[in-house]
Amino acid sequence: MSTNRNPLQTHIQPTTSAITPANRWDHFLARLGVNRMRHRVTPGLYALGNPTPDSPVFVAANYTLSFDALRSALAGVDGYIMVLDTRGINVWCAAGEGTFGTDELVQRIEKTALHDVVSHRVLILPQLGAPGVAAHEVKERSGFRVEYGPVRAADLSEYLKARRATPEMRRVRFTLRDRAVLVLVEVVHALLPMSIVAVVMLFLSNLLASAAVVAATLAGVVLFPIMLPWLPTRDFSSKGFILGGAVALPFALAAFLRSPDAAWWLRAGQALTYLLPLPPLTAFLALNFTGSTTFTSRSGVRREIFTYIPIMAWSFGIGIVLAIVLSLIRVVGG
Amino acid sequence: MVRAYELNTLQYDPALCTGCGMCATVCPHAVFALNGHVAQLVYPAACMECGACQKNCPTGAIAVDSGVGCATAMIIAALSGKKEGTCGCS
Repeated sequence: MSTNRNPLQTHIQPTTSAITPANRWDHFLARLGVNRMRHRVTPGLYALGNPTPDSPVFVAANYTLSFDALRSALAGVDGYIMVLDTRGINVWCAAGEGTFGTDELVQRIEKTALHDVVSHRVLILPQLGAPGVAAHEVKERSGFRVEYGPVRAADLSEYLKARRATPEMRRVRFTLRDRAVLVLVEVVHALLPMSIVAVVMLFLSNLLASAAVVAATLAGVVLFPIMLPWLPTRDFSSKGFILGGAVALPFALAAFLRSPDAAWWLRAGQALTYLLPLPPLTAFLALNFTGSTTFTSRSGVRREIFTYIPIMAWSFGIGIVLAIVLSLIRVVGG
Repeated sequence: MVRAYELNTLQYDPALCTGCGMCATVCPHAVFALNGHVAQLVYPAACMECGACQKNCPTGAIAVDSGVGCATAMIIAALSGKKEGTCGCS
């Protein structure tokens, strides 16, 4: 760091491109969903390396994963990072909610006296911040021109060479790796309710029913994200029904085969107590995964909800009623 | 089979376009491309209604019903009959 600091610049905090073990631990906890709202960076202006008034200014969200992805991608670059107050939310979600937005950006420029820190009037923003920021409005209100950088921070060094993003850099992807990273938090969210239901089923019914609940849930939160592009049909709910059906099938078969002396309709009924309520459970979890993807539209998700939720509810409800009726028959008959 | 994602709310009026190219820059799904001096809708079906193009269009040539496409929030809204809240992510 330079020692002859302009008094105006004392509010600028130093940062580096290094990711420490403590940072990695924080990232891991964030991925797990532990203290989701507490992975925050103090909003303000940061100096990376030894920036001069001509150095570029990068804008970031105050979520540690966002900030760290940016600063680590800028290894060897001298520049400023302006962190907006997005309440600990990532760029994309914050832009959707407007906290990574025009107003916050313009106010942060004023609060950090950016006009006095740099001599140029250009800001580099992540492309995924665009849903919250009107570039022409920022220019009008602050004098700064917004330049949208690539979607991924990892492409920044390539971008900076020509200050141009290739079409490839402008596209969001949803790779196997991207989806696999999300599995962790999906499992964490499902773990408690799944365990409670599994234990209850163990007492109310049997081990097979308990295991089936676990299988249908894990199908929804683990298999579904992983297998998403390869499952047939387009809609998430129908994909979920197909996957859930495939997972429920062996349990239904086991239920059918476990009492070979019973009447055929009783055995078929037992099988249906797996085939009716389990696939909608998987499908419901699949539908919820739309919120984590990079391509589902809001009107599409709404159409899915109105089309498939009634089917899920009926299938699930009839399955539960059937299970209760069959166990009553068994109690009366036995 | 219902295909929930074939339609979306994206609307574009080329008559208002000045060819600045911002829509093509901000779209994460390459829905727009600059064709000569105006933007063109080249892949409207890929639109995820994020609203980046509308927000960054200086002449108001683009309209899209954007918002947080969070199923959980929308299901709660559909069941309770209330207005859709923001995503549970915050």
